[in-house]
Amino acid sequence: MACGPDQGLPGWRGTWSGRDDGCVEEVEETARSASPGRASGQDGQPGPGPDHRGAAPAADPQHRHLWDRLLRREWVGKPCSSGPMRRRREDRLVAGVAACLAARIGIDVIVIRTAFVVAGLLGGFGLAAYVVCWLLLPAEGADSNIAAKALNDRRGLALAAGLGSLLIIVFLIASALGASWVNSVAWSLVVSAVGLTLIWRNSPADEHEVLRRLAEPVADLAGGSGRRRLWLRIVGAALLLVIGLATLLHGRSAHELLQPLAGLLLVIIAIVIMLGPWWLRIARDLVLERQARTRAEERADMAAHLHDSVLQTLALIQRRAGQPQQVIQLARAQERELRSWLFDGQSPGQDDSPGLTLAGGVRLIQQEVEAQHGITVEAVTVGDCELDDDLNALLAAAREATVNAAKWSGAPAVALFAEVEPAEVVLFVRDRGRGFDPQAVPGDRKGLAESIHARIARHGGSATVRSVPGEGTEVSLMMPRDARRREPSRPART
Amino acid sequence: MPGSPAPGGGRPRVFIVDDHGLFRSGVRSELGDQVDVVGEADDVAPAIALIAQCLPDVVLLDVHLPGGGGQDVVTATKAAHPQVRFLALSASDAPEDVIAVIRAGARGYVTKTISGAELVDAVRRVAAGDAVFSPRLAGFVLDAFAAPGPAGEAHRSFDPELDQLTPREREVLRLIARGYTYKEIARELYISGKTVESHVSSVLRKLQLSTRHQLTRWAAERRLT
Repeated sequence: MACGPDQGLPGWRGTWSGRDDGCVEEVEETARSASPGRASGQDGQPGPGPDHRGAAPAADPQHRHLWDRLLRREWVGKPCSSGPMRRRREDRLVAGVAACLAARIGIDVIVIRTAFVVAGLLGGFGLAAYVVCWLLLPAEGADSNIAAKALNDRRGLALAAGLGSLLIIVFLIASALGASWVNSVAWSLVVSAVGLTLIWRNSPADEHEVLRRLAEPVADLAGGSGRRRLWLRIVGAALLLVIGLATLLHGRSAHELLQPLAGLLLVIIAIVIMLGPWWLRIARDLVLERQARTRAEERADMAAHLHDSVLQTLALIQRRAGQPQQVIQLARAQERELRSWLFDGQSPGQDDSPGLTLAGGVRLIQQEVEAQHGITVEAVTVGDCELDDDLNALLAAAREATVNAAKWSGAPAVALFAEVEPAEVVLFVRDRGRGFDPQAVPGDRKGLAESIHARIARHGGSATVRSVPGEGTEVSLMMPRDARRREPSRPART
Repeated sequence: MPGSPAPGGGRPRVFIVDDHGLFRSGVRSELGDQVDVVGEADDVAPAIALIAQCLPDVVLLDVHLPGGGGQDVVTATKAAHPQVRFLALSASDAPEDVIAVIRAGARGYVTKTISGAELVDAVRRVAAGDAVFSPRLAGFVLDAFAAPGPAGEAHRSFDPELDQLTPREREVLRLIARGYTYKEIARELYISGKTVESHVSSVLRKLQLSTRHQLTRWAAERRLT
C-alpha cells in the first residue's frame, strides 16, 4: 500500500461514518445531518449579513465592526418564516418575543426591539405588549403557550389578581394625591405585573432564570446582603429620587421651565445609578451565556466527528486485535484523518482538495477500504488528470462499489482499475467473490446499483454491473471528460 | 487463477532470492509440495553463485536486495544460463524498479500479496516460457506505452514494431489490469488461451527490447514513494 501524502479529503471520499454501511443513502444522510450542526456551530461567532440571527450588539464579543455590521444589515424585507410561531432560546434577549415576531414579519429584530423599548418608555405600552406576547407565544419545543397553563393555575390567578388590584389601589391613591402622570402608565404596569406573575408561576425553568435576572435589583434592595457599597448606592439613588420627584410634583413654583427638566434629569440619574451595574451584569451574562451555547454546539460537533471516525476505528481495532498488520493500518489511517481534521481544518466530506488527482483519489479509496475492511485492493491507474465534479462523482461511485465488494463478495481481494483516456475516464471494480444474479437481487443491493447508476448518470456518464453467481462481480463506470467544454450551454456547477 | 496440473507433470524447480528470511520460509510453505524448492539466497552475490550451481527452472526474485537491484542477478545469470527464468516478486510499487527487472530479462512480475495458488500458477507459467503480468505491471505497461513521445524523440528512435502496442495487446493488458485471468480474457475476447499468452509474451518482448526513451523517463517520473 503506497502511502500518499496527506491529501485533502474530497467529497467523494464519503465520510468515515460510512465505513460500516455500504449503503449510499445512509452515508449521504449522515453527511447531511452533520452539516447543519457545523452551520449552527458558527452561529455564535459574529458575522456580517442577514444570517446573523438577531444577536443583540451588547451580546457580541467583538465591538470593532459594530458599525460595519449595522450598516450592512438587511433591516426589512427578510424572508418570512412560516409555520407556528415559536420563541427560540437561541435568539432571545429576554424571552425571545422580538426575535419571534421579527422572523415572522421579516423585519430586523433590532427594529422590533427598539419599537418595544420606545413604546415601553412612552406610557409603558411596550412593556405590557411584550408581556402579553410572552404569555401568548409558546416557547420552542412547548406544546402550548404560558397563558393556557396559567388558566389552570388557580393560586397563580389569585396572586396575580391580588397584585393587580393592589397596584390599581396604589395608582388611584397616587393620582388622587395629584400625580396625574401616573394614570398614563398605570394600566400598562398593572397588565405587566399581572402577566409577569403568571409567567413566573407557569414558565419552564429556563425562563425562570430570565425573570430572576430581571428581578435581581429588587431582590438586592430587599435583601440588603450587608454589602456597604450596595447600600451607599441605594441611599444615594433614593435621595436623588426623592429630590427629583419633589421637584417634579411642585413644578409650578419659581423657574417654571427649568425645574421639571432638572427633576427629570435627577430621576434618570437615580435610575442609572441604581440600575446601571445591574444592566452591565446582564450584558455580561448574556455574552457568557452565548459563549457557553457556542461551546456546547462545538462540543456536540466534535463529539459527532469523533464518534464517526475515532470511535468507529477503535471498535474495528478491538475486533481485529489478533491481526497486528490490520491494526497498524487502521491506526495509521485514523491518525492521518484526525491530523488533517485537527490541524488543517479539513473535515471528511469537505470538497476542497485542489491538489488531488484521479490517481491520488484511487489510492485513497484503496487505503481506506483496505484499512476499514481488511481486504486487499489491487489498485491500478493508467494516466492521470485533475479532478472535477464529474470525476469526483465517478470516484464516489467507485468507492461505493469497492466498499460493497469488500462487504458482500466474500472475496479476499478486489481489483480497482482506472484509465484516463483523452475523451473519457473508465473505472472498473472487480471481485472474484460469490456474485449474484442481477435478475434476482435482493432489494438493498439493487438499490445500491441504482444509486451508483443514478449518481453517474447525473454527471453524464454510464455504469454497468455484471455479475455471475459463483464467479464474481464487475462494476464498470465511464465518465466523459471535459463535458462542460463540449456543452457550453450547461450551467457551471459550484 | 485456479491451479491446473503442470503440463509436463514434473514439479518445477524453484530458487528463492529474498533478503527477509521470514518471507522466504513463508513462500516455501505456500508453494508447498506443488514445486520443488531447491535453494535460497539473501543477497545478489550468493544468489548468482548458488543459481549457477543448482540451475533451477524458475528464480523467484525480490526486486530490492541489500547488495543491489534484482536486475543484477538476472543480468549476471542470463549470459551463462539462458534457460533459467526469472519471476520478479516485490512489495515495491516503484515502477522504475519493476521495469528495470523486466528489461533485464525477467519473465514476469507479481506482487508479494499474491495468494499461494496464484503464485504456483505463475511459477508454472514462467517455467513453461510464458509471461506473467500482474494487474499492476499491466497498468505500468499501458501507461508507459500510452502517449506518443514528443515529436523529436519519435523521429530519432521510433520503431512501430517495438515501440507501440497493437489494439489487441492493449485490450488484453486492460483486462489483466481489471483483474481477469488469462482464461477469462480468452472467453471475453473470443480467442484461445494460447493467443492470450502469445499477446502477453509479445508485450513482454516489446517491454524488454523497446528503445523508447519514454519508457525510462516515464518510470522515473512515476516514482510513487
